[in-house]
Formats: sequence, C-alpha cells, structure tokens
Amino acid sequence: MIAFDQVSKSYGTDAAAVHNLSFTVGHGEFLVLIGESGCGKTTTLNMVNRLIAPSAGTIRLEGEDIAALDGVRLRRRIGYVFQEIGLFPHMTVEENIVVTPRLLGWPPAARAARARELMGLVRLAPERFAARFPAELSGGQRQRVGLARALAAEPKIMLMDEPFTALDPITRDDLSEEYRRIHESLGLTTILVTHDVTEAFLLADRIAVMHAGEILQIATPHELVSAPAGDFVRTLIETPRRRARKLADALEVRDAP
Amino acid sequence: MSGGGIWGEALARLPSYLGQHVLLSVSAILLGLGISLPLALASARSRRLRGPLLSFASVVQTVPGLALLALFYPLLLALSAFTRSAFGISFGALGFLPALLALTLYSMLPVLRNTIAGLDGIDPAIRMAARGVGMTGWQSMWMVELPLAAPVIIAGIRTAAVWVIGTATLSTPVGQTSLGNYIFTGLQTENWVFVLFGCVAAAALALTIDRLLALIHDGIAMRSKLRLGAAAAGLIAVVGLGIWPGIAPAAGAVTIGTKSFGEQYILGALIQDRLERAGIASTRRDGLGSNVLFHALSGGEVDVCVDYSGTIWTNEMHRADLPGRQAVLTQMSQWLARTRGIRMLGPLGFENAYALAMRADRAQALHIRSLADLAAYAPRMKIGGDFEIFSRPEWRSVVQAYGLKFAEQRQYQANFMYRAAASGTVDVITAFSSDGQIARYDLVLLTDPRGALPPYDAVILVSHRSAGNARLIAALQPLIGSIDLTTMQRANLMVDRDTDKRSPAEVARMLSGRIGRR
Repeated sequence: MIAFDQVSKSYGTDAAAVHNLSFTVGHGEFLVLIGESGCGKTTTLNMVNRLIAPSAGTIRLEGEDIAALDGVRLRRRIGYVFQEIGLFPHMTVEENIVVTPRLLGWPPAARAARARELMGLVRLAPERFAARFPAELSGGQRQRVGLARALAAEPKIMLMDEPFTALDPITRDDLSEEYRRIHESLGLTTILVTHDVTEAFLLADRIAVMHAGEILQIATPHELVSAPAGDFVRTLIETPRRRARKLADALEVRDAP
Repeated sequence: MSGGGIWGEALARLPSYLGQHVLLSVSAILLGLGISLPLALASARSRRLRGPLLSFASVVQTVPGLALLALFYPLLLALSAFTRSAFGISFGALGFLPALLALTLYSMLPVLRNTIAGLDGIDPAIRMAARGVGMTGWQSMWMVELPLAAPVIIAGIRTAAVWVIGTATLSTPVGQTSLGNYIFTGLQTENWVFVLFGCVAAAALALTIDRLLALIHDGIAMRSKLRLGAAAAGLIAVVGLGIWPGIAPAAGAVTIGTKSFGEQYILGALIQDRLERAGIASTRRDGLGSNVLFHALSGGEVDVCVDYSGTIWTNEMHRADLPGRQAVLTQMSQWLARTRGIRMLGPLGFENAYALAMRADRAQALHIRSLADLAAYAPRMKIGGDFEIFSRPEWRSVVQAYGLKFAEQRQYQANFMYRAAASGTVDVITAFSSDGQIARYDLVLLTDPRGALPPYDAVILVSHRSAGNARLIAALQPLIGSIDLTTMQRANLMVDRDTDKRSPAEVARMLSGRIGRR
C-alpha cells in the first residue's frame, strides 16, 4: 500500500535528516515508528502526505509515485493527527471536524451528519460539544476532536505524530485502545510515530526502530524481542520490562514492613 | 464676543465641512486598505518584499502631514500638465485628489505593520495543521490565518482611521474643504470658537468611527452577527449622514477662492453675498495657499477671487521694476488676459501692501517716519515678519534701496507678529497696510519715499471659464472702488479683535449693506 524506496531527506543542517529508507506498509497494517527525538521519524511520516518532499528516492501509494500527485489532493485523502493537535481555535468542534469534507465540497447536510457520526465514534456527545471552541475542551477531548477531524473525509490511510504523548496516562490508555479499535473496524492503514516503547508494543502490528535517520530493524513486536538487531534495539525494547521490574521492586520494598 | 452668531455660523457650515471630511477620510481609508492589505498579504509570504515596504511606509509617516499634502499639489500639477500634452486629458490638481493621495499613503503604515504582525503571530503548528488537512496556501490564508489575525489587523485599521480623520483637517490649504476649515479660518481670525468647533467635530468623528470599528472587532471575536450588523449599519449611517447634505455643489455653481487670512474670508463672504443677492449659486474654497489659489484660478477650478497686484506682479509676472500703481494695474490686467484668459474686473479701492510698522511711541521718540529714517537704527533692532516676506523679491529690493540691516529676524503667524511688535519682543514688523491690528496696537506705518515696495491693490479676478458670464460680472461690478483703506482696516479689526468679535460673514453683510445703499 505504502512503499518507500531508497528515500532520503537532507536539510542544510543535519537536523532530522533521513537516509536511504526502504520499507513497505501493507493494507490494514498498523506500523509504529519508534526512536529518540530527532531520529527522523516525524520527517519520515510527513513525507507520506508530502508535507515534506524527499530529496531522493520514491514513495508509492498503491503503486503510484506520490511526487506525480497533487499535494493538496493527496493530503485530503490521508488522515493526519498532529502532535500539537493543531485544532483551529476560531472554529467550533463541529467545524474543525468537517474541515476536510468542506474543502472537498461536501454539502452542508452531509457534513453535519458526518460530524455527528464521528463524534459518536470518538465518544464526544454532539449536543454538548459540537458548538464548543477548542479552548473550552480538556486535552483528551481536544485530541478526540483531532482524531475525528483526521477521519472525517473517510481516508484509507492515517498518519499520527505522537498523538497521545501530551495526555495524562489514563486518557492516553483509553484513547490509544479506542484508536486501535477504530483502526480495525474501519480497516485503516496506520503509521504512528512515538517514542513510548510500551505504546508501540501495545498498538503495533510491526515496529520500525529508527536511529540517526536510519531504520535499524523493522519487525513484529515478537520478533523484536526474540531477535533484536544489535545493542541499540535490545536496550530500547527492554525499557518497558526494565521499568516493570524496577516498579515491582519498588512496590515490594514498600510492602515489606 | 457675539457668541450666538459665531456658534450659529459654525453650525451652519457643519453639513458641508463634515460631509467633505467624511467623504475624503472614508475614501482615503478604503483606498489605503485596498492597497495595504494585498501588499501585507504578499509580504507576509515574501520576506524580500517586507523590508522595503515597511521602510517606505515608515518614511512616509515621518513626513509631516501638511508637507505630504503640500507635496502632492505640484506633483499632480506636473502630472496633469503632462497628461494634457500627451493625451489631451487634464485633471484638477487641487482639492480632493492631492488630499486623497496623501491621506491614503498616510493610512498605510499601521495597516501594513499590524497585518504582517498578526500573520506572524500565528502558531506555526496551526499553519502546519491547515496544510495537513488539505488546504491550499490561499485557503489557509482565508480560512485560518486571516480570521486569526483579524483582531490585530482591525486594531491597525482603527489606528489608520483615527490618523486619517485627524490629518484630513490639514487638507484645507490644498483646497479640499474639511473640518480643518474651521481650524484654519479660526486661527487666522483668532476665532477660537471656530478652532474649538473644528477640533471637537474632528475628534467626535474619529471616535465614532473608532468605536464602530471596535464593534466590528467584537462582532468577529464573539461571532455575533448582531454586532457585525449593527457596526456595518452604523458605518453606513455615519458615511451617509456625513455625505448626504454636503456633497457636490449644485452644478454650475460659481466657486469663490480665498487665501488664508481674515481679510480674504471677509471679501470671499462679501462676493458670496453679492452673488446670492443676484440669485447666483456659489461655493467657497477657503484658506488656499497664495500660489495654489492663482493656479486654481488659471485652471478654472476657482471662478472668482480677490488677489493683490503686487503679488501677481512679482510672483507670477516675475517683474522687479516698479512703474507706479496705475501702470502696474494696467500691465497686469493685460498680462492676465493674454496669458491666462483671466479677466480683472478692477480694484476694490484699497491696498493691502507690505509696509514696515513700529510702535507709535517708539517711532516718535526716535523721530522715525520713513524707511530712510529707520536705516540708521536698524542694526540695533529686531525685525519680525510673516512666513513669506524675507524670501520675497520685494524684501530684497527694500533692503537694497535703504541699506537696511537688522540685528535679528524672526518669523510669526500674522496675528502673533503684531503682538510681538506691541509687546516689544521685536522693534519693527512687516505689517500689512490694511490690517486692523495696526490701529489696535497703536502702530505706525513707515513711508517708502524711494518706492521700493510694489503696490498691492486688491483686485477682483474672474477665471477664463467665467469671464463671459455677464450676470456674474454685473453682480460683482458694484464692488469695484467701493472699499477704501479705512473701511477695510475697520472691517478687519472687527474680525480680529478679542472683544465684540464678529465673524467674516457678519462683517461681509455689513459691508454689502453699505454698498447696496450707495
């Protein structure tokens, strides 16, 4: 469905550059890009809908080279959830959600129906939230709106840039589980960027471990654990276990007396 | 002070002054927005455009408003001469057009700066999101960036509106009627009621427009269609009310031009009164600069005015010789008819000449009666003049003829000049012979035995457009030779004095009544 073929992006400075990426994402697959800040994972994500143009290599969508497509129309076909949410502060929840359908020229009635449907999907009561402005919502509610907005024009592909990072832990668990459910029920293809290893393991069909602009290993969670390619991958994927052990120790010490 | 009369007269002029002021300001603001907003949008995207644009607008802002207005007049005059010779099209370089262009330039800086700042202030994440949901660059601008920057942009528009409405009062000297007419007339005739009236009216207009724009801002911020509607209705009402009564003088009306001092306002009102009695409609263009008025008369933008023979002799004919009072009039009349098609109806009967004056007691003590007597004392004396005299050719000829050399030269607005002489701040002033203030402050005029100063007969001039208008000529004919120096001095004093002050129109009616009885 999505195929990267020797894709590189270089800037004048070395920041967030990526080198020679080749990988594919299949229909209905959930791929998580994981790595430290500045490893190039957001750059990689943004090249899929041409928010960033690659310096070299080709990216194909269903076999079509996206460099030959119109960037604006491409982006209207692909859902995007931003790290900083990026809701438009002067638009209501409903207007934010159906902004892409509006750009695509959907009639108002169809837009209103779609907004109601999506608010149900992300569990925001339309009668309470439709007319509110983003400033009147909690962080979790805002990200639900961001998710609904990304889904509004019925995209087949979803790109998500650390969508749950800014949320409190409980909301974060809820929302990421809900999204996994939505991903499956709508048959989406999702690429999600995160630096949270636990989140990656809980969501992903496959995980791509990135470091300094390159993919070190791309594999299922199971394979990553059983056969990590090198020390960096091993250290990274052991983080959740290490933390779980530390947590258990800490709790035991406290429970002892 | 006969307060009721002056307040009444101020009120009577309000529809015309306010209407012109509103028309001018609103046109300038709209034209300014039409230019600044697209430029700001373009330069928000291109840094290369932004620097020069903001620098240009800042430089314009540092030019004093009056100077900016004054600069456009010769510019348009030259442009009009060019288009006439190139395409056979000419346009009025006086009044509305130069004022509009200068004010438009003046309105640009706050709009440019605030629009650019407003767009710059938008969170890059929002702009990124706009692209991410599939907006084109223009959709992002219209649907996201402009609405978010709107409060800052409207703040800029409010600043521009207040500046323009305030600065528009300065368009009077380039021949555009505005609320500034109150201020300029009032300043010249020391009619503080007029000055106050003009200031208050301009401030009230500025505040009203500012509040209505603020309402638009609230309407956008609160998404209140009611507020937006109310603000739009208010703006339309103000513009409509302002323009409706004062707009466009009746077609075929005679335009009377005056320079910016009391005597001219009296004579302008006198001419208007005569025309009114003859059933001829007329409008006034008051407070024009001396050269501006002559050019306007030559171009037919002004139909009638009173000018002074010496002014035209030296400034327009560039003559330095002085063949005598009558010969100057004859030659000038021929020159005007030949070169400009201007018809000189004749002299009013008095001179408003440059003449040196000093305190009567001082002159007596020093036995100074003439400029020749003055020469010996001049090196220890200070002289005060108006803003023009020291750069005029007749000053050079007087200085040469009598070998005058003063210790110090100072320049004053005419009314303050007389006071400076009375209080002893300066010893001698370059007075105007018909000025009522000479008697008021007990000054004496020094004689000019060598004839170094040109004669300044007040003459009625009619433009080539109206030179054949028999009714107009007949209505003005009785004025010729009807006003002697003492009458004019008295009339001027009635307008200038502090107690029992009269408006130029009242004095004109008195003069007209006397002429009518003759």
